[in-house]
Amino acid sequence: MGNTSSLLTQYDIEEVQQYCNHTFSQQEIVALYGRFCQLDRNGGGFVSADEFMSLPEFAVNPLSKRLLRMVNGLNFKEFVGFLSNFSPRASLQQKIEFIFKIYDVDCHGRVTFDNMLDIMRDLTGQYISEQQRQQVLTLVLEDAGYTKDSSLVLSDFMKILGNSGLKMEVEIPVD
Amino acid sequence: MGCVNGALNCNNVSNNSSSRSRVETVSPAKNKSSRISHNLSLSSILTNNNPVQQPSSTSKMNTRDLKSSSELDLDRPNPEDYLPTGSIPEPHPKLRLSDLLDISLALTEAAGAIVDDSFTRCFKSNPPEPWNWNVYLFPLWCCGVVIRYGILFPVRVLVLTIGWIIFLSCYIPVHFLLKGNEKLRKKLERCLVELICSFFVASWTGVVKYHGPRPSRRPHQVFVANHTSMIDFIILEQMTAFAVIMQKHPGWVGLLQSTILESVGCIWFNRTESKDREIVAKKLRAHVQGADNNPLLIFPEGTCVNNHYTVMFKKGAFELGCTVCPIAIKYNKIFVDAFWNSRKQSFSMHLLQLMTSWAVVCDVWYLEPQTLRPGETPIEFAERVRDIIAARAGLKKVPWDGYLKYSRPSPKFTERK
Repeated sequence: MGNTSSLLTQYDIEEVQQYCNHTFSQQEIVALYGRFCQLDRNGGGFVSADEFMSLPEFAVNPLSKRLLRMVNGLNFKEFVGFLSNFSPRASLQQKIEFIFKIYDVDCHGRVTFDNMLDIMRDLTGQYISEQQRQQVLTLVLEDAGYTKDSSLVLSDFMKILGNSGLKMEVEIPVD
Repeated sequence: MGCVNGALNCNNVSNNSSSRSRVETVSPAKNKSSRISHNLSLSSILTNNNPVQQPSSTSKMNTRDLKSSSELDLDRPNPEDYLPTGSIPEPHPKLRLSDLLDISLALTEAAGAIVDDSFTRCFKSNPPEPWNWNVYLFPLWCCGVVIRYGILFPVRVLVLTIGWIIFLSCYIPVHFLLKGNEKLRKKLERCLVELICSFFVASWTGVVKYHGPRPSRRPHQVFVANHTSMIDFIILEQMTAFAVIMQKHPGWVGLLQSTILESVGCIWFNRTESKDREIVAKKLRAHVQGADNNPLLIFPEGTCVNNHYTVMFKKGAFELGCTVCPIAIKYNKIFVDAFWNSRKQSFSMHLLQLMTSWAVVCDVWYLEPQTLRPGETPIEFAERVRDIIAARAGLKKVPWDGYLKYSRPSPKFTERK
């Protein structure tokens, strides 16, 4: 990590910091650059899906495929932008917006019953049947005042998750 | 579940008893995924002492979790509890939409893995910090380089060449002429192999300190050690002629393997062939039965690790029904980093690096022989021995299979998460 920071100038660091709305300190950005270079083994300037999947901890995560779609082929600036959603300095709103984007794969601005079912399936796998999953989701939706056919928008998500004490933070190891 | 991510507390393992009991009963066809599943059940056993729980107590625990911070297992709430099946006696708070939608835990884990993962850390080679940045330090360093490359290196090459000449001139006659007299031939070959290894160690100015009782030649015992580089084998072989099990390498190393090392009884395997495992297991078993064979040395990690961590041990060595004698090896990085990063350099380059540095300093501890305790599975046994070796050599343990360097984790592992 020591020799990679020499390729990153002060201007670059500030530009990246600006891009991620100051959610990371300059030290953290330097540390992330070291990590980015470590992940980007063929030196292409971006980390490919293959390189992400070579991290076993990432590969066994049930949501890895969805994240891969978002994180594949990002250059360093976008990489930091992606991770800025996990910074302790990021607002709750930003995090909920990120979660919304994970659900809303088609980028329609709406999360449908099927979207939610897909994520449930990723997380629970074969341990409950499809029918049970649908039942649970329908019941829970109705409980919260929605129906099976309603699609949720960002403001709904804000309302639902806003008070749940959401914590989504990752600490960047700084040498 | 791998619980090494510093951001999460190890004790918050999924307490879905239904999933865990299914882990115990599912027996995948592939040996590798069974190993991973064993490792998984092992880490769950290590972190949580109640592997199988009654469903009712799980739902109780689950509800407690639902009430407490969302850092716990909320992305896997147990929907079975919520279904109106009528079989769950206890009442519990309702599953809310926020709980169902909150996938922050899985996302945090994934992002944590992107930022820093324990597996990559195992194979990171940390070169010693350069110290030659100063006006007076730089010329000193230059002198050092001149001495190392100009004087030490040729001397070492000379020493090594002399060693090889002596070795070959004794070995070839012994090998061919004493074909009748097996016992004497084996004894002489053993001594000669020990000799050439000493020459090797001298050629890098190896300063090796051995602690503990020297290995004895008894049947039904197996030696296991942590693995940092191929030179581990040479360092150990210098003291006692072991029969080692190694990956077949190409090039001049392979040549050495097939000729000289064959005589000490070494066994080869090929990582890429899956059927190979049974054949090798049979060979191992046959070897330990033979009283006259050299003691068997196995590196259960299966791959070179950077001497700060240990990866999961493969259970093969621990299933042979023998006493296992652990050996811990720790290199001192003061002059050179002995970790062979097989992705970055070939073995020849690695040797060259060693021969042009001041010295290779390491400690070898021969530890107390261990046997399988009653009621202990081979995997638990392997973990126990790994604990002993890691404690002695000051290494950190990591719950990943070393072979993940070459392939992806099986999807079954993801399913279990």
